[in-house]
Order: sequence, then structure tokens, then C-alpha cells
Amino acid sequence: MTTFLTLMVMLPIAALLWEATSEGKTTFWEAVSSPAAVASLKLTLVASFVVALMNAVLGTVTAWVLVRDDFRGKTFVNAVIDLPFALPTIVAGLTLLALYGPTSPIGIDVAFTRTAIVLALMFVTLPFVVRTVQPVLQELDPELEEAARSLGASNTTTFRRVVFPNILPGILSGVALAFAKAVGEFGSLVIITGNIPYRTEVSSVYIFGRIESGDSTSAAAVAVVLLALSFVTLLSIGAIRHVATRHDRA
Amino acid sequence: MHRLWLRFVALGYLAAILVGPLAIVFWRTFEDGFQPAWDALTSPETIHALKLTLLITAIAVPINTVFGIVCALAIVRRRFPGKGLLNAFIDLPLALSPVVVGLALFLLYGREGWFGGWLEDHGIQVLFALPAMVIATIFVSLPFVAREVVPTLREIGDEQEQAAKTLGASGWQTFWRITLPSIRWAVVYGVILTTARCLGEYGAVAVVSGRIQGKTETATLRVQERYESFDLAGAYAISIVLALMAIAVLVATTVIRPKEANA
Amino acid sequence: MKRTTLGLIAGLALAAALVAATVAIQDAPARTSGTELSLVAYSTPREAYATLIPMFQKTAAGRDVSFTQSYGASGEQTRAVKAGLKADLVALSLAPDVDELVAAGLVDAGWSKQPYKGMVTDSVVVFVLRDGNPKNIKGWNDLLRPDVDVVTPNPFTSGGARWNVMAAYGAWRRGGKPDKQAQANLLKLFRNVVVQDKSARDSLNTFVSGKGDVLLAYENEALFSRTKGLDLQFVIPKSTLLIENPIAVVKTSKNRAAASAFTRFLRTPAAQQVFANNGYRPVVKSVLARNRKKFPVRPGEFTIEAPYLGGWKKVQKRFFDPKTGIMVDIERKIGGDTG
Repeated sequence: MTTFLTLMVMLPIAALLWEATSEGKTTFWEAVSSPAAVASLKLTLVASFVVALMNAVLGTVTAWVLVRDDFRGKTFVNAVIDLPFALPTIVAGLTLLALYGPTSPIGIDVAFTRTAIVLALMFVTLPFVVRTVQPVLQELDPELEEAARSLGASNTTTFRRVVFPNILPGILSGVALAFAKAVGEFGSLVIITGNIPYRTEVSSVYIFGRIESGDSTSAAAVAVVLLALSFVTLLSIGAIRHVATRHDRA
Repeated sequence: MHRLWLRFVALGYLAAILVGPLAIVFWRTFEDGFQPAWDALTSPETIHALKLTLLITAIAVPINTVFGIVCALAIVRRRFPGKGLLNAFIDLPLALSPVVVGLALFLLYGREGWFGGWLEDHGIQVLFALPAMVIATIFVSLPFVAREVVPTLREIGDEQEQAAKTLGASGWQTFWRITLPSIRWAVVYGVILTTARCLGEYGAVAVVSGRIQGKTETATLRVQERYESFDLAGAYAISIVLALMAIAVLVATTVIRPKEANA
Repeated sequence: MKRTTLGLIAGLALAAALVAATVAIQDAPARTSGTELSLVAYSTPREAYATLIPMFQKTAAGRDVSFTQSYGASGEQTRAVKAGLKADLVALSLAPDVDELVAAGLVDAGWSKQPYKGMVTDSVVVFVLRDGNPKNIKGWNDLLRPDVDVVTPNPFTSGGARWNVMAAYGAWRRGGKPDKQAQANLLKLFRNVVVQDKSARDSLNTFVSGKGDVLLAYENEALFSRTKGLDLQFVIPKSTLLIENPIAVVKTSKNRAAASAFTRFLRTPAAQQVFANNGYRPVVKSVLARNRKKFPVRPGEFTIEAPYLGGWKKVQKRFFDPKTGIMVDIERKIGGDTG
């Protein structure tokens, strides 16, 4: 497994690191601290955080509804949750533009603004928290909740004390995925955000611009920095989970 | 009532973000009748593209599933230095935008790349052929099974596995009879996510494929090609086929699973 | 045990499917006779070549020649060829992309030293407008008005968008404005740009979806999209840049003779007429004259070689260098204010 991981993940990242530093430390620093690059990094990270948090809430609610609730059309809804993934990103971009752009049938025009970034990212990260919480909820022993209720706990307390701690690892797993995916998203964003530097240009588009201009060193540099910042975030999410579930390991 | 509120929020969220766009896809496909969609779907390039997508998916999904389960077991059940790092590491491929994945693979296997010379000398074609496309697809769909299985593994605890071991079961037996059945839902959802991702992958595969018509064009590349040729109905039609494939996998995996003890 | 048998069956089925798919994917056995040319091109001439290749195969030079074709964004295709994508012919959207391949040792340095300067099609920069042109946009100065929203691809993510920038700058220079003034105008123009899509096709899509009052586009794209049912109105400004698209034979090709034969074919009147039907201006003067009605020549038309521009090499360095280019400065200025 370690060889697989090395081949698959470490090699490409190593190659990027190599390319990023191929013109020396000063060039690396210049590339990374250029105002447009910094602006895109800020935008990307903030948007991804926001989306990850929104997913944590909305995704959990959706997973809950799909596992614990029953209504007509539930199987249909369950089946289409993963579709944002199976659709090519350009389709995502085009349809969101049609739905929430200048020709919106429902009168909502947020295309080419920062809201569009969140919108597109919500679309492409939709399945994550839902799908990581669902199996955990499914395996959750209902007796625990029944016990709590029979002891007089209200619904909210039962959720807070019994259910939530158990599904938290699942939520955090999904949040990590959603965050990572949001950071790396390109295809849908490039259609609906307008790519205005300093305003709606995310890092993936900025990096693309660097490559297209023949400056793959700068591109690799910004990519590496973005990767490092994402790595730190993912580590933090892991740490949160570690701390939040310490009662299990007592 | 709590229940109705939750249902309202969930369905509202899904309607705005998911169902709306899907409806548009269907509408645009058949806006001008069946003919444009049919033409796009039955052209030999499209059929080849769909086959290629299926082939790549059929290779990438099992590999990532095995990797995911092994990884999850290591993360949850074993102790070793750097475990936290490994955990965070698995998600990293997602954080790379497809353009960067393509760049990295060029840097590794390209003509002027790390292995480029060696590969050319030995007549091995990685870039602009199936191997690079499979590598790119595996890369971008790597974490899903692992991420699904880890929380579930943690949740169920290892008492049953310990019990089995004390009763003399071998590692393999324990895994196959005790562990695997208890994580089957997680594996199922992981496989579903991975498959959907493989079907829908565009950016990274596009860069390393060379876009050779009739040879290295996947279904998503065909969608792009139809879009650029102003054949939106065709582009959406192919996307619907991909969506249906993803749904088919979901149906298949949730049907094949053995009946479980609780509802 | 039931589960194990089920698992076994599933595994066998998967393996069988894999084998079947691999077999189905295999191409037909390699041709024992004839040559195969691989054409790597940018995305817009796809339909033109779909007509031209069979035409070529009916000629004496083209008998027994088969083609593989690849179409994508010009910059991406250039990078792919550099990274090893096998190509006998490269048909790209602007000369600098071919020069990149020269620098990589894949194309002869003298590729443009021929009667047509290495070009195979031309076009011009145009303004695509809303129905009826409500804002009465006619010339480059109209794009500077505060009430006008402009759509153009990002010149850093779309090599082709550089034509737009140089058309604007060049038009002002041609009109007598000194360099400083033309640059100031360029800044003003970009302040009015509301969306910077990554490619020309995307910016056309953005415009059609309702954004902007004017789209800076290429005539061939506008004409082509008309044939696809998009009823676009456009005007050619009095002063505009002649877009020139190159084609070159790759040095390392094993089929140079056949490849050169194909490029010669592309400049025959019949082939040039096919390009004209697809919206491109022919490089062969006689064919251009024949299609005069479709391709009016504007009095202020200039090329990238004009003295106030100095050719692509100069322009690339001056305007589009990723660190010191004028456009980098402009992007920073428009972003800094509202950023």
C-alpha cells in the first residue's frame, strides 16, 4: 500500500515541488507573493471554508432525512445525490449559469459574482457529507437513542449527547473531502465566476493562467502553497476529530 | 414538527442546488426533439468514448476500493508514527485542480519529464494513451472509499474482531466474515462516489489524453467537443448517459448487498 | 457460503467485462500500406478539417493517407506536443504557439519562410453586439464609455484573446495616439470588462447568456456560430487587426512528404473555399476576392507586423510577459481599486 501511495500521490506532488523551486527561492517567493496570486488564494480558501461549513450542516440534515425519514420519492432523491459527480464540470457550470445567471427562469442572477463561487462549489461538493454520514447513521444502534429518551431526554438532548458525537467523525470526514474538492475545483467555476483577477478569480484559474502564459514555475509554486495550506487544514480537521472522540478511547 | 422542518430544509437545499440543474440538463437535451440527442449518442466517436470511459472506470474503481479499505484499516486499527499525516494525505489529490494534475503528470512522464526519456527509449507510451488517463483518474478519485470506511470502522469498534481472533480465526477470515460485512454500507457508498467521479472526470484526463478523436477521447471529452461545436443538445445527452450509468451503479450496489439484520 | 459465491460471481463478471472492454477498445490492426498523419489543431477549425481531409484523400497526393485528429485549446495543444503528443502537423491559432515548438526543437525555425508566411487562414477582430445595437457601439472609443460592458477572454488564459488586446491597442496607435495614450485607453477598456472567460468559446457563451453589451470576438467564430443557429449581430470596426492562423509540419515527423503535401493542398483554391465556407478569410488572394461580400476589407485593417506593434516576438515580451508585461500591470490596476 505504501508503494501505491508513493507512486500515486507523492510522486506527482514531488514533481510539482521540484518545478516550483526550479528557478530558485526568490522566484518561488515572488510567484507566491504576487498580489493576484495572494488574492486568489484568499478567495479560494475562504470560499472553501464557507462551503465546507455549509455542507456540514446541510449535508447532515440531508443524510438524516434520507436515513431516518420516509417520504414519497425518497429512493429517487437518494439515487440522484451523487450526480454532481458524474456530470462533467462544464455541464455543472453551464446549467448553474442558465439557472442563476442573466437569463434565470426564477429571476435570480448571481452569476459572475462571489456568490456564484459558493453556488458552484455547493453543487460539486453536495454528495460528500451526505454520503459520509449516511453509513454511520445506518449503523447507529437505535437502542442508544431509545434508552436516552426513556430516561427523559428531549429530542434535542438526545441528538446532542447521543447521536451527534457518533456521527461527528462522519461529518468531519465529509467536511475534509468537501474542503479539498472545493479548493481544487476548476471546470464549473471557470464558466460561472467571470474570472476577474482580485475579485472572482480563484486559485485554480490563476494557476491555469500562469501555465497558459508559459510560466509553469509560478503555477507550480502557487499550487504547492495551496496544497500546503490545504494540508494544514486537513490536519486540523483530523485533530478536531481526535479531540472530539477522545471519550471513545478512554 | 422537527421532522417536517428537517425534511423541508433538506429538500429545499436539494431542489435549489441539485434538482434544478438536472432539470435544465434534461430540458436542454430534448429542447429540439430527440434527433440531435440521438445523433450525438450514436456517432462512432461517442460510442467509443463511452466504452473508453467505462474501461477506465472499471480499472480505477477496484484499485481505489482495495486501496481505500486497506488504508482505512491501517488508519483505524493500527498505530504507527505519522498516522495523522497519512490521514490528511489521502485527501490531498482532491485539492489539486485538474490543470495541476495534468502539469504534474507532464512533469513526470512528458518528453522532457523525469521518466520521459526512459519511457521513450523503451517504447512505452504513458502520456496521451490509456495508462496516463487511468493514472489521472485513480489520482482524482483516490480518497473516497477510505473516507467512507474510516468513520464507520471507528463507529463499530473492534470488539467483534478481537472476539474472532481469540476464537482462532485467521486475519483473512476475520476480515472477510466480520469486518467487511460491517463496513459494507460504507464501501458501497465509497464505490458509488468513486464510480461517479471516474465517470465525470474531465480536467485532468483531458490534459493527459491528447484528445485524439476516436482513440483517447472519453465521454466527458466528447461532451466538451459537442459544446464547442455548438451542439448543446448532444453535449447534454451524453451527460445524461453518464448520469444514468452512475445511477445504475448505485442501484446495482444497493441490490447486490446481502440482506441486513436491521431495516 | 452464499456471500462468497456471490462475491466470486461478481468478481468473475467484472473480470470478464474488463477483458471484453479491452478487446472492444482495440483499434483495427495497423495499416500495412499507406501513411498515417496525425493532425494536432486548435479547436475551431474542426469542422473545416472534417470536410478537407476527405477532400484531400480523393486527390492523388492524398490517396492512402489516413489521419488522426486532435482538437483543443491552442495553448494546451502546444504544451501537449511539447510533452510528447505525436504530431505530423500542427495547426494552431497564433504564430507564437508555433514558435514555442520551434524553441522545443519540434518545428523548423524557418517554418514561416514561405509565400503565405506559414499561415493557412485569416480572420479579423470584430464586435459582437446585441440585437439592434441599443448602445450604438461602432468603434474602439465606444468601448471606453462608462455605460458599456465589454466581454473578452482573459489574455493570460486564452492565447487567442491576445488578438483582442492588440487589436484595441493597435487601432488607437494607427489612429495617431501615442503609445502612452493607447496604453491608458487599454486600461480604461479593461475597467469596462465585466467577465474574463478562459476561452473564446466560453466568452461567446457568456455573452449569449445575457452578460455584456459587446463581445470582442473573431469573425470566423461569429460566422460559424451563425451557421449553428446562433443569430449574432456583429460589426467590424474601421480599424481592426488581421488574425493569422499558422500551420506547420513537425520536424520529427516520419511522413514529412505527405504532411507537406497536405499543407500545399490546404492552399489550393478549392480547400481555401472550404475554409471560407466555415467563416475563415482565405489567405489566397483570388479566393478572398471571390468571397468579397462575406469578408469586407476594412480601410483600417492592420497586421501584427505593423510598425507600431512590431511583430509577435516584441508584443509578447512587451504586453504579455507574465512578470513585466503591460497587461499584468493593467490587471493589477483594475483589481487593486476594488479588490
